[in-house]
Amino acid sequence: MTSIRLVRDDLRPPGPPPRRHLLSIADLDRDDVQRLLGTARTFESALDREVKKLPTLKGRLVVNLFYESSTRTSSSFELAAKRLSADTLTIKSAGSSVDKGESLKDTAQTLGAYDPDVIVIRHPQIGAPQLVARVTDAHVVNAGDGKHQHPTQALLDLYTMQQEFDRLEGLHVAVVGDVLHSRVARSLLQAFALVGIRCTLVGPPALLPRGLDAEMTTDIGVIRDADVVYVLRMQQERMEAGSNYVPSLREYAARWGVTPDRLRPGQKVMHPGPMNRGVEIDPRVADSVDALVETQVRSGLVIRMAVLYDVLTGGPVGVRALAAAEVA
Amino acid sequence: MLYLKDRPGANIVVRGARVLDPAEGIDTVVDVRIDAGIVAAIGEQLDTNEHRVVDGARLVLTPAFVDPHVHLRTPGREDEETIASGTQAAAAGGFCAILAMPNTDPVVDSAATLGALVETAGREAEIAVGFLAAITRGQRGDELTEMAELADAGAVAFSDDGVPVASAGMMRRALQYSSITGRKLALHCEDQSLSHDGHVHEGAVAAELGFAGYPSVAESVMVERDLALAAYEGQPIHLLHLSSVESVAALRRARAAGVAVTAEVTPHHLVLTDDVVRSLDPNVKMNPPLRAELDRAALLDALRDGTIESIGTDHAPHALHEKDVPFEAAPFGVTGLETAFAVLYTRLVQPGLLPLATLVERMTAGPARAFGLDRPRVAVGAAANLVLLDLEREWDVDAQSFRSRSRNSWLLGERLTGVVAMTIAGGAVAFEA
Repeated sequence: MTSIRLVRDDLRPPGPPPRRHLLSIADLDRDDVQRLLGTARTFESALDREVKKLPTLKGRLVVNLFYESSTRTSSSFELAAKRLSADTLTIKSAGSSVDKGESLKDTAQTLGAYDPDVIVIRHPQIGAPQLVARVTDAHVVNAGDGKHQHPTQALLDLYTMQQEFDRLEGLHVAVVGDVLHSRVARSLLQAFALVGIRCTLVGPPALLPRGLDAEMTTDIGVIRDADVVYVLRMQQERMEAGSNYVPSLREYAARWGVTPDRLRPGQKVMHPGPMNRGVEIDPRVADSVDALVETQVRSGLVIRMAVLYDVLTGGPVGVRALAAAEVA
Repeated sequence: MLYLKDRPGANIVVRGARVLDPAEGIDTVVDVRIDAGIVAAIGEQLDTNEHRVVDGARLVLTPAFVDPHVHLRTPGREDEETIASGTQAAAAGGFCAILAMPNTDPVVDSAATLGALVETAGREAEIAVGFLAAITRGQRGDELTEMAELADAGAVAFSDDGVPVASAGMMRRALQYSSITGRKLALHCEDQSLSHDGHVHEGAVAAELGFAGYPSVAESVMVERDLALAAYEGQPIHLLHLSSVESVAALRRARAAGVAVTAEVTPHHLVLTDDVVRSLDPNVKMNPPLRAELDRAALLDALRDGTIESIGTDHAPHALHEKDVPFEAAPFGVTGLETAFAVLYTRLVQPGLLPLATLVERMTAGPARAFGLDRPRVAVGAAANLVLLDLEREWDVDAQSFRSRSRNSWLLGERLTGVVAMTIAGGAVAFEA
């Protein structure tokens, strides 16, 4: 039996590029980080125009699969995809078939049947994005998995610091609070190591992870020496009676709360949100001009645009993307 | 105490294999003749007697293995394993006897439940199975089981494996009362107030990945408690699946002080460290968790010098869909019956870290001694419980090849050396490659 050859092999279109995921900062090297920050900067300049939409990802489908409540991360991913003209589909666990007991694998495969280009996933369990990457053909972006990783948060924080200080290497950041339960802290630590930022972790003894290869102290006094004080959210659910990580929120606030008198004048403060005012951060600090919280949110949008762009194109945004923007 | 289905004894001559039985002091190339399931002669150029002749050239014949720690998931989760499938898997792994843990649904805590298992084993078991019964009713930790009746009904030992006895007072009562049965307590040492929501060994990897830590001290404080109680009551105990350097140190001190304690270690704790958890593969999630290199080295030392005399697989089958979830949501446990010998041969014996004779001893005489079972041996007059091993052949671990109903093996896709060519259990051929 002979087969009919429709196309000569050398005329065949190239196969799809290998899938790229952003599951953990540990998957990145220094060049990746620099490229992503650069791409974000390019997008930021484009957002200054009156019409903010770029045609870059037109026809692409980005699925946001959120198994945890989230305001800033989910809105930021959705807007990022829309600004790049991608179609978006946002699934939240409440009100979906997850409520009916569907497994993550089945939900991911169901959504995978629409051939999404990217699945953005937020999930309370460590390893969920890896599972989605295993069972679908999409590029997978981790929007937070349990206490493991929140890579886009770390990238947007680097971006914010670079905007503020015009450099990253040599900066000193004190990360204060519940490090043990913080995916943000874990991603930050790896990101800081990549770009040469010195990091000191500060918090109550039981909330500093044992065995972590990092500078750690329980002494809140050291934050004064840092360029940036990065305040972690004190998660209320960790403070239930009986868990005893700290005796009470009141004692935590008194010992480790970031208050004006613990800071140098002009010292920059960051927080991934949502904030517990009066617990980990004094309201006067939260509202001061030195708090970069809103800048972080704006950085989040352009960083997520950069991440979506990067996983789908695998290269730096450059002349061509900008040219496309001009056409728009 | 051990049950298997009735089969006629085999008539076989194994010709020219290297016969290795460390406990009998044999390591030589010789023929072995089995008459009606009994080892009848060991010698050169034995008569065939019209028996089946098995060519043993370039193969090694040793006593078949004994696994003191298996989960057969019956009753309750026959989708994951049955007595039939579990014993077929064991036979394929070279085992002639396994001991099944009682943490089933319902828990094996009554003579009625145990009786049903014994009866099924008499119909279905390809190799000998012994059943442990629970220490406390429902493994709830608050009421002793009727140990005397359970022993009469065939319980080989008692264990609350999976759900450790939390109260020291209850453990003391269990030690006291079990003494009248002549059966040991086999103890899963874990202080759950220290391990509570831990998924991974507390150390650098857990800290990096964000897992709640399951510290080694959660095991060793319980080991110390149980050793102190065993010493005080003068009762023997068996420590299940030790995982930490602190536990090994406690075991050594207790041994030196004359406490009657035996202990086991799993293949995965001898070969892996928590480093592999970075893959987030649910098939490297087990309880106790994989620990640091320091712990692994201490366990291997203890196995080598006999402080730990048993290897137990802790074969823990799980349904595919239960392991196909994020690491954090996955249940603890991995299968091991069909890979135990080959992985230990490949990763420990071949690189020169453990003599073959020691491995064979710790998989045969060691566990048999710990539970007062007849030691499988190559000796005239003994029932034929033998395994024929091809130590030159390599094989790829592949999900399709398992006899177990589950495939949650941490070795999927790995290439191992050492193939079980034939298992003779209770005098009959139970497996042939």
